[in-house]
Amino acid sequence: MVLEFFRKQKYITVQQELEGRDIPEGTWVKCDRCGEILFNKELDKNYKVCKKCGFHFRLNALERIKITVDEGSFNEMDEGLLPVNPFGLPEYEKKLALAREKSGLNEAVVTGEGTVGGFPAILVVMDAEFMMASMGTIVGEKITRAVEAAVRDMKPVIIFSASGGARMQEGIISLMQMPKTVAALARLGDAGLLYISVLTDPTTGGVSASFAALGDIIVAEPGALIGFAGPRVIEQTIRQKLPEGFQRAEFLKQHGFVDLIVHRPQLKETLALLLELHHREEK
Amino acid sequence: MPAIMEFEKPLQELENKISELRNFAQEKGIDLTNEISILENRAREVKASIYGNLNSWQKVLIARHAERPNTLDYINCLFTDFVELHGDRLFSDDPAVIGGIGRFGGLAVTVLGHLKGKDTKENLARNFGMAHPEGYRKAMRLMKQAEKFKRPVICFIDTPGAYCGMGAEERGQFEAIAKSISVMVTLQVPVISVVIGEGGSGGAIAFGVSDRILMLEHAVYSVISPEGYASILFKDAARCREAAEAMKITAQDLFELGVADKIIPEPAGGAHRNPEIAAKNVGAALAEMLKELLAVPAENLINLRYEKFRAIGGLVSNSI
Ligand SMILES: [Zn+2]
Repeated sequence: MVLEFFRKQKYITVQQELEGRDIPEGTWVKCDRCGEILFNKELDKNYKVCKKCGFHFRLNALERIKITVDEGSFNEMDEGLLPVNPFGLPEYEKKLALAREKSGLNEAVVTGEGTVGGFPAILVVMDAEFMMASMGTIVGEKITRAVEAAVRDMKPVIIFSASGGARMQEGIISLMQMPKTVAALARLGDAGLLYISVLTDPTTGGVSASFAALGDIIVAEPGALIGFAGPRVIEQTIRQKLPEGFQRAEFLKQHGFVDLIVHRPQLKETLALLLELHHREEK
Repeated sequence: MPAIMEFEKPLQELENKISELRNFAQEKGIDLTNEISILENRAREVKASIYGNLNSWQKVLIARHAERPNTLDYINCLFTDFVELHGDRLFSDDPAVIGGIGRFGGLAVTVLGHLKGKDTKENLARNFGMAHPEGYRKAMRLMKQAEKFKRPVICFIDTPGAYCGMGAEERGQFEAIAKSISVMVTLQVPVISVVIGEGGSGGAIAFGVSDRILMLEHAVYSVISPEGYASILFKDAARCREAAEAMKITAQDLFELGVADKIIPEPAGGAHRNPEIAAKNVGAALAEMLKELLAVPAENLINLRYEKFRAIGGLVSNSI
């Protein structure tokens, strides 16, 4: 299935003080970092990067696929897999329904095959609009299936991670998605296939501490929050404020945990180049 | 006498009465053997009834009990010729993780685990069993060493979780845990994990990717602490009892969910009341599992491990 099934893009609307201008609501947003007023149309054209300060707005899965995968080449896999509620929690059921409605997705990850700059790859894209892309059974299952498909079809894998961590409502089963996905990637590695991990804002918890950390090449988007514990948990533990820039992509690169930081407008060509450098002609 | 938990009060009262009677009999030189033995029987019944009907939160308290046997206790009881090995060769030696080589029933094995302290001083030194990246990296080094020398690996899990601090983040806590999982999924020797107390989240799974996952009868294993779950999902950390129930974290729950392969019985009143018996039971379970696993060729071992974790959680939901 191609992209049209995806939801219509929705943008954050800032209702309050329009600073006295007659711009219709919903056509603009304010930059989270510098406060610049940005028109949605222009922001879109600029890959949702602030033209003034370079702040990278979060992308949902549709937006990510659109700017990464060659037009018309994406075939989604396992899109019909629905979330599970292993302990039958009514609150979780409600949350899932809300997340599905809000995101237009069945789960917090979209997987599929496509080409990037002409090079075939298996793509995995997490969507933080769906319950902060926490990893439960089906998120782990879809990623594992995607990696298994890559082993079967001898294709490289690109995973765009974004996650607040494990899906607590699924208890221990959500924790078990960590070894499950990592085991699949071990088979990918044994097959000599490339895995590019792209860390986007935010990548933490059970996702950062499993598949996201294990790319042959690890790319991060500028300013992305990347770490095991979230900053608030750390601040509570150590009872002090964290310094500016702590756990940001640039900090991670400085400490040796990220290969390269790529600005979003250059991301597709960088990924295509990496795929090309690993491309083997079929015999 | 171990520290008493709230739900053990009826047992404590009986035990106090028994010792009062004993003292009285001795002082006055009267024979109260009958009375004492009646009370002792009663205490046994009460103990069995309390410990046979624990709720999930009570199990959390037992799993965290200060006097519960820790990894070092099991090492001392079950392994001979233990040589502790230190350091990750990269940064430092993490005292929250202990590891080394020893003999189990004559066979050389690598053994490692989180190590909690028994009192505040020890706990401060051991960081309450919460490892930094170098703890996981030390463990990985020992696992790879075990693989080289074809030794089975035994991991004891007993941690509130991986440490959440600045140094841990700077040195790549997420990477260390991910790598540890990655090392374990392809380790070419048998690996057994035993949850002896608290299995806390990512810190636990870093030692938990094994051919067999065993849990002591009153151990717990969860994706987040009940307090954490309650404060995030109920917006009230005080509702941790309810959270513990909802989360399904006991050995019995995990056995039912297909995560734990075996529940190891504890002595009446919990492992802390009789560490020797607890260790004996752990030893028996380890011996049984090792025997099974040593018969499996290395290549099958890794495939079976893959299938084991592939299957947890069942396959799968409804699809539209
Ligand atoms: Zn800006």
